[in-house]
Amino acid sequence: MTVNSGNSCCQQVIRGVTIQNAQTSPDDVTLTEPEITALWLSLKVAGSAVAIALPLAVWCAWILSRKRFFGKWLVEGLIHLPLVLPPVVVGYLLLLTFGRNGWIGGFLRESFGITIAFTWIAAAIAAGVMGFPLMVRAIRLAFDGVDSGIENAARTLGASRRRVFFTIALPLAMPGVVAGTVLGFARALGEFGATIAFAANIPGETQTLPLAIYTALQTPDGDGIAFRLAVISAAVAFIAVALSEWLNARSRRQLSGRET
Amino acid sequence: MTGLSVTLKKHWPGFTLDAAFDAEGGATVLFGPSGSGKTLIVKAVAGLGRPDNGRIVLGGRVLLDTATALNVPPEQRRVGVVFQEPRLFPHMTVERNLLYGWRLLKPAARPDTQEIITLLGIGHLLHRRPNRLSGGEKQRVAIGRALLAAPELLIMDEPLANLDAARKDGILPYLTRLKSEAKMPVLYVTHARAEAETLADRIVHISGGMITGVEHP
Repeated sequence: MTVNSGNSCCQQVIRGVTIQNAQTSPDDVTLTEPEITALWLSLKVAGSAVAIALPLAVWCAWILSRKRFFGKWLVEGLIHLPLVLPPVVVGYLLLLTFGRNGWIGGFLRESFGITIAFTWIAAAIAAGVMGFPLMVRAIRLAFDGVDSGIENAARTLGASRRRVFFTIALPLAMPGVVAGTVLGFARALGEFGATIAFAANIPGETQTLPLAIYTALQTPDGDGIAFRLAVISAAVAFIAVALSEWLNARSRRQLSGRET
Repeated sequence: MTGLSVTLKKHWPGFTLDAAFDAEGGATVLFGPSGSGKTLIVKAVAGLGRPDNGRIVLGGRVLLDTATALNVPPEQRRVGVVFQEPRLFPHMTVERNLLYGWRLLKPAARPDTQEIITLLGIGHLLHRRPNRLSGGEKQRVAIGRALLAAPELLIMDEPLANLDAARKDGILPYLTRLKSEAKMPVLYVTHARAEAETLADRIVHISGGMITGVEHP
């Protein structure tokens, strides 16, 4: 997503430069104050989203991989819903739920005086919900690949279900957990539709990189700013992927060759 | 009282398991062709499968009694299992594999690691990963891992079935030594006559889900 907008901005920016769009020249490598704000906010939002969603995603993936229960198809459908719904619809549904008069939002406001909608927390929730199905899918595939016979062997050696999960299943599924985390983080970083519906586009509060790029594109002579933000997005995404490749290689080395 | 007493019934479409047998100390061989229900019995005794009806008692402890809805989970049964495939933990060294169950025991209940490692001849493998072991070595580590968890019953479910003839011959002496030195009763499952005769104190014949005879060689 970020890479695409980066490409399309490229030509616009070349135009922008020729018309002498002075203040933020693409050649200037130091980040401006608003750029740092948007970048930092994006990292905070995507980071919190993944931190909260990851344990839940691991748990859901484990249940879906190992348990059979009544209504499983319904749970699977609900988890995958953000993947197939237009993001704006997800944002709207979140607003209905967590808004001032929503059933969770209303409760939080009346009981604790907390408002979630149109704050950075709303942006994090939107990003987490949108990334959740991707995380669950990747992690579930990894759990599916762990031989339950090995887990049974661990049980017969005296390990409880919980111990087997933490010492056998989770370490063996670690490459998938890493992959799911990066997918979720990347998706959270690029989140636009659900965020703008549920958290709006408030600079410094909910204006993450994609929203800032959108705003810049709506602004006369904003092409240069948009391009620079797009480059920043691409850089962050690239670093995340590189980090995951490194972690992945490391955990594969540690597992080094599964039994067949 | 170290004996094992098993009564099991389970119905599937096209197959019925209806078996009852007792096993005292020493090695009991459960002998029968593939598909005769041997592995189902193993799973039920280890707590990894649930029969429709049944009662399993080990050394006076009731592990399963469907009449009273009692079903002790596998980790509390103290039944060690060596499976047909070694099922070693691929992300741990041989040493950590061996000590996986051992570490969960109270210090006083932990068996002597050196004794078992020597018995199985796996001392030189301790720092290797399972994927660097031969089939026979893997199976010896799996046996050691089960023994080090100090089980009250050791089940071996066709432990040699996946090995070629040379590897089988290489591991049989270890099993014979194990049989004479093991402190717990052994339930050895096989469809190979030679293994049964080498190892058994008693042979329980099973066929088509039914016990067809008990033999004392």
